Amino acid sequence: MGLLSSADQARLREAFAEMTHPVRLLFFTQTLDCESCPATRQILDELPPLSDKVSVEELNVVIDVDKAKQYRIDRAPGIALVGQDRGGAEHDSRIRFLGAPSGYEFISLVQAVLLVGGRPSTLSDETRKRLAMVDKPVTMQVFTTPT
Amino acid sequence: MAFASPHITAYAVEATEFPDLARRYQVTGVPKTVVNGEIDILGALPQDAFVQQALQQFVPDTAEPRT
Repeated sequence: MGLLSSADQARLREAFAEMTHPVRLLFFTQTLDCESCPATRQILDELPPLSDKVSVEELNVVIDVDKAKQYRIDRAPGIALVGQDRGGAEHDSRIRFLGAPSGYEFISLVQAVLLVGGRPSTLSDETRKRLAMVDKPVTMQVFTTPT
Repeated sequence: MAFASPHITAYAVEATEFPDLARRYQVTGVPKTVVNGEIDILGALPQDAFVQQALQQFVPDTAEPRT
Protein backbone atom coordinates (compact mmCIF):
# COMPACT_ATOMS: atom_id res chain seq x y z
CA MET A 1 0.00 0.00 0.00
CA GLY A 2 1.25 3.49 -0.80
CA LEU A 3 2.17 6.00 1.86
CA LEU A 4 0.32 8.91 0.26
CA SER A 5 -3.43 9.37 0.06
CA SER A 6 -4.85 9.73 -3.43
CA ALA A 7 -5.63 13.38 -2.64
CA ASP A 8 -1.97 14.01 -1.76
CA GLN A 9 -0.86 12.15 -4.86
CA ALA A 10 -3.09 14.37 -6.99
CA ARG A 11 -1.71 17.52 -5.35
CA LEU A 12 1.87 16.41 -5.89
CA ARG A 13 1.19 15.37 -9.48
CA GLU A 14 -0.16 18.86 -10.13
CA ALA A 15 2.86 20.53 -8.48
CA PHE A 16 5.36 18.33 -10.36
CA ALA A 17 3.57 19.07 -13.65
CA GLU A 18 5.10 22.56 -13.54
CA MET A 19 8.66 21.24 -13.49
CA THR A 20 10.69 22.23 -16.51
CA HIS A 21 13.80 20.08 -15.89
CA PRO A 22 14.20 16.49 -14.71
CA VAL A 23 15.45 15.84 -11.18
CA ARG A 24 17.32 12.75 -10.10
CA LEU A 25 17.28 11.71 -6.46
CA LEU A 26 20.47 9.85 -5.67
CA PHE A 27 19.60 7.66 -2.72
CA PHE A 28 22.63 6.48 -0.76
CA THR A 29 21.79 3.42 1.27
CA GLN A 30 23.79 0.81 3.11
CA THR A 31 23.01 -2.81 3.76
CA LEU A 32 23.86 -3.07 7.43
CA ASP A 33 23.10 -0.79 10.35
CA CYS A 34 20.66 1.46 8.58
CA GLU A 35 17.32 1.20 10.26
CA SER A 36 15.64 3.94 8.26
CA CYS A 37 17.01 3.01 4.81
CA PRO A 38 14.04 0.78 3.83
CA ALA A 39 11.57 3.49 4.93
CA THR A 40 13.51 6.11 2.97
CA ARG A 41 13.42 3.98 -0.18
CA GLN A 42 9.68 3.50 0.32
CA ILE A 43 9.14 7.27 0.64
CA LEU A 44 11.26 8.04 -2.43
CA ASP A 45 9.46 5.38 -4.47
CA GLU A 46 6.26 7.37 -4.05
CA LEU A 47 7.59 10.18 -6.25
CA PRO A 48 8.54 8.84 -9.73
CA PRO A 49 5.02 7.50 -10.44
CA LEU A 50 3.75 11.08 -10.01
CA SER A 51 6.04 12.68 -12.59
CA ASP A 52 8.14 11.54 -15.52
CA LYS A 53 10.63 14.26 -14.50
CA VAL A 54 11.45 12.66 -11.14
CA SER A 55 13.66 9.59 -10.88
CA VAL A 56 15.41 7.72 -8.08
CA GLU A 57 18.80 6.06 -8.39
CA GLU A 58 19.99 3.85 -5.56
CA LEU A 59 23.65 3.85 -4.61
CA ASN A 60 25.47 2.26 -1.71
CA VAL A 61 27.48 4.52 0.53
CA VAL A 62 29.90 1.65 1.29
CA ILE A 63 30.24 0.25 -2.25
CA ASP A 64 29.84 3.35 -4.43
CA VAL A 65 32.59 5.18 -2.60
CA ASP A 66 33.49 7.49 -5.49
CA LYS A 67 29.91 8.69 -5.88
CA ALA A 68 29.55 9.09 -2.12
CA LYS A 69 32.68 11.23 -2.15
CA GLN A 70 31.61 13.19 -5.22
CA TYR A 71 28.25 14.06 -3.66
CA ARG A 72 29.74 14.44 -0.18
CA ILE A 73 27.44 11.94 1.46
CA ASP A 74 29.20 9.94 4.16
CA ARG A 75 26.24 8.22 5.78
CA ALA A 76 22.95 6.54 5.02
CA PRO A 77 20.21 7.21 4.34
CA GLY A 78 21.45 10.18 2.33
CA ILE A 79 19.81 11.85 -0.63
CA ALA A 80 21.48 14.13 -3.19
CA LEU A 81 19.31 16.12 -5.62
CA VAL A 82 20.72 16.39 -9.11
CA GLY A 83 19.14 18.52 -11.80
CA GLN A 84 20.05 19.71 -15.27
CA ASP A 85 21.39 22.99 -16.54
CA ARG A 86 19.92 24.79 -19.54
CA GLY A 87 22.14 22.85 -21.91
CA GLY A 88 20.85 19.55 -20.55
CA ALA A 89 24.06 18.67 -18.67
CA GLU A 90 23.88 17.26 -15.17
CA HIS A 91 23.84 19.96 -12.53
CA ASP A 92 24.37 19.09 -8.88
CA SER A 93 22.01 21.19 -6.76
CA ARG A 94 24.25 20.70 -3.69
CA ILE A 95 21.05 20.07 -1.72
CA ARG A 96 21.25 17.01 0.52
CA PHE A 97 19.02 15.21 2.97
CA LEU A 98 20.41 12.96 5.69
CA GLY A 99 17.90 10.69 7.43
CA ALA A 100 14.47 9.55 6.32
CA PRO A 101 12.47 12.42 4.78
CA SER A 102 9.31 11.72 6.72
CA GLY A 103 6.84 14.13 8.31
CA TYR A 104 7.61 17.76 7.56
CA GLU A 105 10.91 16.79 5.93
CA PHE A 106 8.89 15.18 3.16
CA ILE A 107 7.45 18.62 2.36
CA SER A 108 10.98 20.04 2.39
CA LEU A 109 12.09 17.32 -0.02
CA VAL A 110 9.19 18.05 -2.38
CA GLN A 111 9.98 21.78 -2.24
CA ALA A 112 13.61 21.02 -3.06
CA VAL A 113 12.62 18.81 -6.00
CA LEU A 114 10.39 21.60 -7.34
CA LEU A 115 13.16 24.18 -6.97
CA VAL A 116 15.73 22.00 -8.73
CA GLY A 117 13.08 21.16 -11.31
CA GLY A 118 12.73 24.79 -12.34
CA ARG A 119 10.35 26.50 -9.95
CA PRO A 120 11.37 30.13 -9.35
CA SER A 121 13.35 30.56 -6.14
CA THR A 122 11.95 32.62 -3.25
CA LEU A 123 15.29 34.30 -2.49
CA SER A 124 15.14 38.08 -2.28
CA ASP A 125 17.37 40.35 -4.38
CA GLU A 126 19.27 41.22 -1.20
CA THR A 127 19.94 37.53 -0.52
CA ARG A 128 21.09 36.96 -4.09
CA LYS A 129 23.52 39.88 -3.81
CA ARG A 130 25.01 38.40 -0.65
CA LEU A 131 25.21 34.94 -2.14
CA ALA A 132 27.02 36.31 -5.17
CA MET A 133 29.79 37.54 -2.85
CA VAL A 134 30.47 34.10 -1.37
CA ASP A 135 33.68 32.78 -2.87
CA LYS A 136 34.73 30.10 -0.38
CA PRO A 137 33.20 26.70 0.32
CA VAL A 138 30.31 26.92 2.80
CA THR A 139 28.62 23.88 4.30
CA MET A 140 25.28 24.43 5.99
CA GLN A 141 23.67 21.73 8.12
CA VAL A 142 20.09 22.31 9.15
CA PHE A 143 19.12 19.98 11.97
CA THR A 144 15.50 18.96 12.29
CA THR A 145 13.51 16.30 14.11
CA PRO A 146 10.61 14.23 12.77
CA THR A 147 7.21 15.81 13.25
CA MET B 1 20.94 29.11 -1.02
CA ALA B 2 22.93 26.06 -2.13
CA PHE B 3 21.05 26.04 -5.40
CA ALA B 4 21.86 29.71 -5.95
CA SER B 5 25.56 29.64 -5.04
CA PRO B 6 28.10 27.19 -6.48
CA HIS B 7 30.09 27.43 -3.23
CA ILE B 8 27.33 26.38 -0.84
CA THR B 9 26.29 22.84 0.03
CA ALA B 10 23.23 22.42 2.25
CA TYR B 11 22.26 19.38 4.29
CA ALA B 12 18.93 18.79 6.02
CA VAL B 13 19.93 16.46 8.85
CA GLU B 14 17.48 14.40 10.83
CA ALA B 15 18.96 14.90 14.30
CA THR B 16 17.49 11.84 16.04
CA GLU B 17 18.88 9.50 13.39
CA PHE B 18 22.39 10.88 13.71
CA PRO B 19 22.96 11.48 17.43
CA ASP B 20 26.71 11.73 16.83
CA LEU B 21 26.22 14.82 14.65
CA ALA B 22 23.60 16.24 17.01
CA ARG B 23 26.06 15.82 19.91
CA ARG B 24 29.02 17.21 17.99
CA TYR B 25 27.12 20.39 17.16
CA GLN B 26 25.25 20.54 20.48
CA VAL B 27 21.83 20.43 18.94
CA THR B 28 19.45 21.02 21.82
CA GLY B 29 16.59 22.47 19.82
CA VAL B 30 15.46 22.50 16.21
CA PRO B 31 15.68 23.89 13.67
CA LYS B 32 19.35 24.53 14.29
CA THR B 33 21.65 25.53 11.47
CA VAL B 34 25.39 25.00 11.68
CA VAL B 35 27.57 26.77 9.13
CA ASN B 36 31.03 25.30 8.45
CA GLY B 37 30.85 23.59 11.83
CA GLU B 38 31.08 26.92 13.63
CA ILE B 39 28.29 29.44 13.27
CA ASP B 40 25.08 28.40 15.04
CA ILE B 41 21.66 29.72 14.24
CA LEU B 42 18.89 28.45 16.47
CA GLY B 43 15.29 28.73 15.32
CA ALA B 44 13.74 29.91 12.10
CA LEU B 45 14.59 33.50 11.16
CA PRO B 46 13.26 35.78 8.45
CA GLN B 47 15.27 35.30 5.24
CA ASP B 48 17.38 38.46 5.42
CA ALA B 49 18.35 37.91 9.07
CA PHE B 50 19.13 34.26 8.42
CA VAL B 51 21.29 34.98 5.40
CA GLN B 52 23.14 37.74 7.20
CA GLN B 53 23.95 35.50 10.17
CA ALA B 54 24.77 32.44 8.11
CA LEU B 55 27.14 34.29 5.82
CA GLN B 56 28.60 36.79 8.29
CA GLN B 57 32.11 35.39 7.98
CA PHE B 58 31.95 35.14 4.23
CA VAL B 59 30.32 38.38 3.22
CA PRO B 60 31.19 41.72 4.84
CA ASP B 61 28.03 43.09 6.35
CA THR B 62 28.35 46.59 4.97
CA ALA B 63 30.06 45.73 1.72
CA GLU B 64 28.53 46.71 -1.53
CA PRO B 65 28.02 43.74 -3.77
CA ARG B 66 30.68 43.25 -6.41
CA THR B 67 29.36 43.93 -9.84
